[in-house]
Amino acid sequence: MTAATFDLGQLHGGLRLPDNKQSSTAMAVQTVPVPAQLVIPITQHAGDPAHPIVGIGERVLKGQLIAESDGYISAPVHASSSGKIVAIEPWPVSRRLGDKAPCVIIECDGEDRAIELSEPLQPYDAMPPEVLFQRILHGGIVGLGGAVFPTAQKLMHAASTPLELLILNGVECEPYISCDDMLMREYADEMLKGAQILMHALGVDRCFIAVESDKPDAISKISEAGLNLHDDRIVLKQIPTIYPSGAEDQLVQLVSNREVPSEGLPTDVGCVVQNVGTAAAVARWIDQGEPLISRITTVTGDGVMAPMNVNARIGTTVGDIVNFVGGYSENARHLIIGGPMTGKSVSTDDVPLVKATNCILVLSNAEPKGETKPCIRCGECAAVCPIQLLPQQLYWYTCADDERQLRNYGLTDCIECGCCDLVCPSHIPLTADFRMAKARMREMEDERARAERARQRFEARNERLDKELQERAAELAEQKRSVLEAGSKAIQDILARTGAFEKRDDDNKKDDKG
Amino acid sequence: MGSAVITAVLTISVIALAAGLVLAFVSRRLPAATDAAVDRVNELLPQTQCAQCGFPGCRPYAEAIVNDGADINLCPPGGDATVQRLARLLGREAQPVAVASGSPAALAKIDESLCIGCTHCREVCPVDAIVGAQQLMHTVIASECTGCELCVERCPVDCIFMSEAA
Repeated sequence: MTAATFDLGQLHGGLRLPDNKQSSTAMAVQTVPVPAQLVIPITQHAGDPAHPIVGIGERVLKGQLIAESDGYISAPVHASSSGKIVAIEPWPVSRRLGDKAPCVIIECDGEDRAIELSEPLQPYDAMPPEVLFQRILHGGIVGLGGAVFPTAQKLMHAASTPLELLILNGVECEPYISCDDMLMREYADEMLKGAQILMHALGVDRCFIAVESDKPDAISKISEAGLNLHDDRIVLKQIPTIYPSGAEDQLVQLVSNREVPSEGLPTDVGCVVQNVGTAAAVARWIDQGEPLISRITTVTGDGVMAPMNVNARIGTTVGDIVNFVGGYSENARHLIIGGPMTGKSVSTDDVPLVKATNCILVLSNAEPKGETKPCIRCGECAAVCPIQLLPQQLYWYTCADDERQLRNYGLTDCIECGCCDLVCPSHIPLTADFRMAKARMREMEDERARAERARQRFEARNERLDKELQERAAELAEQKRSVLEAGSKAIQDILARTGAFEKRDDDNKKDDKG
Repeated sequence: MGSAVITAVLTISVIALAAGLVLAFVSRRLPAATDAAVDRVNELLPQTQCAQCGFPGCRPYAEAIVNDGADINLCPPGGDATVQRLARLLGREAQPVAVASGSPAALAKIDESLCIGCTHCREVCPVDAIVGAQQLMHTVIASECTGCELCVERCPVDCIFMSEAA
């Protein structure tokens, strides 16, 4: 591991936000005890839903598979502790669409007994990449940065492209969130081990660990762990603290000075990005055989008594976690899952901690944002947009619902970071508008694809009917022709025969007479 | 003086005749542009093939709009949005849709316990989204059904109903 460097690319726009991270990083990560009841959503990843394989009343052990991956992009789910399954039913969850999702509800027995591994542990470098991908898939490991894309599929796709660089994303640029910071401070060894496993799986020999320069504790801990490891393929990179430098494409640009193309992936420029937490989870699964059944999450905001980072089992309800940190303070008003910029506010603390939950934010009354006024076209939003879009222009076209222009102006590249919202002097909720417009665009696209299919089927049917009609007509014509042809001949035959009969008859009569 | 007038008249006549011949030739030899226009109109129609417009499908309706000047507000599944897009494309005035549609994105379902296997619904389905053999139960391919409701009327035992699209 070499020293920290600053030889970096540039990020357009972005904002320096008050980070509000001190309160939650003052204390070490605390472990939340196993709760009485776990609520584990069947689908905690991007892609196709997993398929539950347990029944109500069944006893499960810690680490036991309860839902298996189903489909090309999918990830399995494991029981976070031992106990009895009491229900599989819709339960409130935090997600973009809809309020409830099917969950497996486990009544914990408190023994926390782990299941025996079906496959024995092996050192990672004894396994070829394909075997390693399958193992990672079975561990239920998904990207812990927030997008929860199944890690195995991401790695498999990346390994099929020419790759140069693995980037571990330790850039936690959104205010309040500090779980990756704490993970790097306390689990630096595990994370570096994960980096080695990922490099082996991907066949790359360079890994950058990107950390913001305002995290000196994490940087020193990683450097320390790196000294013990003696692996000079891994380089620690300090990057400036600007929101949203932790977004995948922005980080690639910062660290490698290559721009990810519009609608492309980091693999298009030879990079693959993994969250530091994901790397640690990979190491824990491959090295110690523990699937992804717990994660570190930040509980913070002025609405909780003691902000801190906790290590909690997947499926622990937010209410249980907040109780563990001392409960809500008097002025708690808003509960947000995720950070203040990209999180989603929820109406109940019954929602469980899932693989994606990096922060539980409880805020007192939010400052009033001010009344929405007409756009004055000042261009502040364009100055801060990290993708170099023109939000004022996009706003114009979302109002006009002009899909073609929205596409021309690159709405599909918007990462919904919320910077334009914050700087808008007219307090226009730009990000919310863009999110809606994107959803509408996707809907229209689906609709068009459906219509195109229906058109093709309609035309294919008409063609078929035409062909059938023609064939039938040809058949009839052929029948008519053959009947006509055969008919005249048959009549002649008959005539000839009857003529012969008549003649014979005549002969007979003659004989009779004669 | 008289010969000058005759020359002028003759010259103009000859030019007019030549131009007329060229135009006649071109209009015979070059394909009509209406096909492309029909395609573009057809693209804007929702392709439910429900025939509620009075024409036997979306493309026939598009042909009627382009060639026979049929009204552009006859498509209930497309709704006002389609009328507006058509108006913009054709430079015509947008009018409200003639008949309001009930449920835009519905799906036909066959109550399989009642189906007698008559194949009538299979024959009217414009997109071949019903499968089933003579005397045997039929079913709807949900992903292909456009919700045109043509099969509902045709069923002799009323075993087809419309349900909300999944």
